Amino acid sequence: MKNQINAKHLEEIRAEVLQARSANKPCITVCGGTGCHTQGAEVLVGVFREEVRKQGIEESVDIRTTGCHGFCERGPIVVIHPEGIFYEKTKIKDVAIIVSETIVNKNIVETLLYRDLKTKKRIVREKDIPFYQQQQRIVLGNNGLIDPTDIKDYIALNGYQALVKVLRDMTPEEVIAEIKASGLRGRGGAGFPTGKKWESCRSTVSDTKYVICNADEGDPGAFMDRSVLEGNPHSVIEGMIIGAYAIGASAGFIYVRTEYPLAVKHVKIALKQAREHGLLGESVLGSGFQFDIQVFQGAGAFVSGEETSLMASIEGRRSFPRPRPPFPTQVGLWGKPTTINNVETWANIPHIIEKGADWYSKIGTNNSKGTKIFSLVGKINNTGLVEVPMGITLRQVIYDIGGGIKSEKRIKKKFKAVQTGGPSGGCLPENMLDLPIDYDTLAKAGSIMGSGGMIVMDEDTCMVDVARYFLNFTQEESCGKCSPCRIGTVQMVEILNRITQGKGDEGDIERLENLAQTIKTHSLCGLGQTAPNPVLTTLRYFRSEYLLHVKEKHCPASVCKALIEYRVIPEKCTGCQRCVSVCPTGAITGPRAQLHNLDPSKCIKCRACYEICHFDAIAGDAIIIRSRGRSADEQTK
Amino acid sequence: MKNKDYQDIFSGFKCEEGDLIPLLQKLQETYGYISEEAITYLSRFLKISENQIFGIASFYSQFKFVEPGKCTIKVCMGTACHVRGSQNILDEFRRWLHIEPGQTTDDKLFTLETVNCLGACALGPIVVFDADYHGQMRIKKVEELIQKYRSENERESDAVI
Repeated sequence: MKNQINAKHLEEIRAEVLQARSANKPCITVCGGTGCHTQGAEVLVGVFREEVRKQGIEESVDIRTTGCHGFCERGPIVVIHPEGIFYEKTKIKDVAIIVSETIVNKNIVETLLYRDLKTKKRIVREKDIPFYQQQQRIVLGNNGLIDPTDIKDYIALNGYQALVKVLRDMTPEEVIAEIKASGLRGRGGAGFPTGKKWESCRSTVSDTKYVICNADEGDPGAFMDRSVLEGNPHSVIEGMIIGAYAIGASAGFIYVRTEYPLAVKHVKIALKQAREHGLLGESVLGSGFQFDIQVFQGAGAFVSGEETSLMASIEGRRSFPRPRPPFPTQVGLWGKPTTINNVETWANIPHIIEKGADWYSKIGTNNSKGTKIFSLVGKINNTGLVEVPMGITLRQVIYDIGGGIKSEKRIKKKFKAVQTGGPSGGCLPENMLDLPIDYDTLAKAGSIMGSGGMIVMDEDTCMVDVARYFLNFTQEESCGKCSPCRIGTVQMVEILNRITQGKGDEGDIERLENLAQTIKTHSLCGLGQTAPNPVLTTLRYFRSEYLLHVKEKHCPASVCKALIEYRVIPEKCTGCQRCVSVCPTGAITGPRAQLHNLDPSKCIKCRACYEICHFDAIAGDAIIIRSRGRSADEQTK
Repeated sequence: MKNKDYQDIFSGFKCEEGDLIPLLQKLQETYGYISEEAITYLSRFLKISENQIFGIASFYSQFKFVEPGKCTIKVCMGTACHVRGSQNILDEFRRWLHIEPGQTTDDKLFTLETVNCLGACALGPIVVFDADYHGQMRIKKVEELIQKYRSENERESDAVI
């Protein structure tokens, strides 16, 4: 089938941009994602412009703010093209050296390069850094190359070509068949096959249909969607237009969290530019297909990420979920058939259409195709966003890409657990690290894929405290509609609070399990059904820690405040008085060069002394946090 | 505030039920919080009862009903920040400011808030003063930051006088 469309102007823009950018012209790209932004990337761009002008080479070099590079730990990131030289933690004082050395003299500034954690060698190119080497960046790939506020950058890299292909050569049925064949499953967490969802929405008869992009990324510790929207908003918009064409929708919404101001800004700019280029509006690219998108900002409710609550929120009501069926594909927004997909799902669509379902379905495992973005955070060396093919093991992600566990105060720490799936997911222990990551294996292990948060915890993390943290979160965010979730989570939090305060009873663990099962099976929506997961998985894999808290009033990780105390180690204290100066309550006393005394009755356990005590490198840390539960002999062992 | 101020804010909206949340957001953006008066005007404009508006607005954590202090301190309580000790940072703020999250100091200078996740996990534990991000927070920095903002504010108000 060949439809008449008007896409000549896209070709012209591409040719024009490519011509202006000769392959050898140096380009300084500065990462503009929230991570780098907050570390001063914006100022850096201005300083670069100023410096280039000062050295009189502004004509022969491009400067661009790009989307998130993913390696947030090392920000602000500056990459020099075409060579791909990667400079980390760039400061204002480095700008002049970079311009005069790298741009003018073509030399590499060694001290600004990334240093490999294992080999201690400096690495020049972005793609050679171990963090990036094992990734397969399909969705995130262009983030570091394009300026998200300029549609021309996206078009120059074949942007909107998938849309052109769809409108010109494909029927809606063919589009759905292609997505079905690719095996793409929803990236929001549940993993429902995207093609099937679209098909169901297409087959529902209605005069109006909607598509929604769910960017209400509420999982604490996850920021994949934010990065995609901030760094490459057009890929999401292109995906949504294709989806709307396939199901026959005329209007779309992007529902963004209000905590992501930069993402909102970039999406709004992108939508405006897309309209100006005829990609949205009454006749998309002259094809006669009418479609437009508007942004809706969430108002800070975790439950809004659930699809039926999200729609309630757009309709101007409280974010209450409702029972399904009917599914949104039949009865959705304002009662009309609606397709809701996650940001990452939409961003995958143009790639599938462009390169074909065959190509896509070769990536990943039998039941989970393609790549998945994870936000690798917590006690890990390389914090950031990683995009990996499904089926990769947790160990590869944490050790090969993530660089292993972060040391604290120069002491190596041991891995304890990895939490996937946010408040709905679970904590997996070390012996599960060789599990391949896909929807089904993670579910079998008691966790979920979720939207892609991956929080790494070391031996200093208390698993009971983590379970309490998540339960407390879901309890506060429970919308209150159904009683198992509303009342049950409160009961669970109370029990967990008791345990972490050293007031746990013998039967508490059984009570927790009992409550967890009830909430799981009787709650209305996904929030309640999955809320007990963090407790259930920690009970499954770290039961002994619960028992220690309950029976011996002992917190092995020394986290639970009621169960720990601070002591000065006499052999190690040099009498440097640093702890005396930071102690807010005057609990530590002692003259200079003499052993300090810590009065436990005044100590409020604020950790200030512990943090500051690393003055004497030879003696090590003289302040120790230890658990009250066990005898002093056992502690020193 | 006058009727006209509100009419300016409401202009451009079609007076539909779905406009409620965007309108509340606009009101909060303009005045810093949602006052009783604002709800009254909004109720007349949208023809929805005040009770209903308050019921919906109070459901969402974004909306505030008391005037916030000059500077809003947000302590991120996301998971990544939690495992890096954000609870201790929050406790330190509570101790220095003598307020709980959601409250404002008596001198109307600081409002303390917690936020679920700012998505800048690499910088955790993270604290935001208005729009200034302070990453990799340490206990000791809490006092420093409070003092810094306090003295900056004093200098500003001196300049005004």
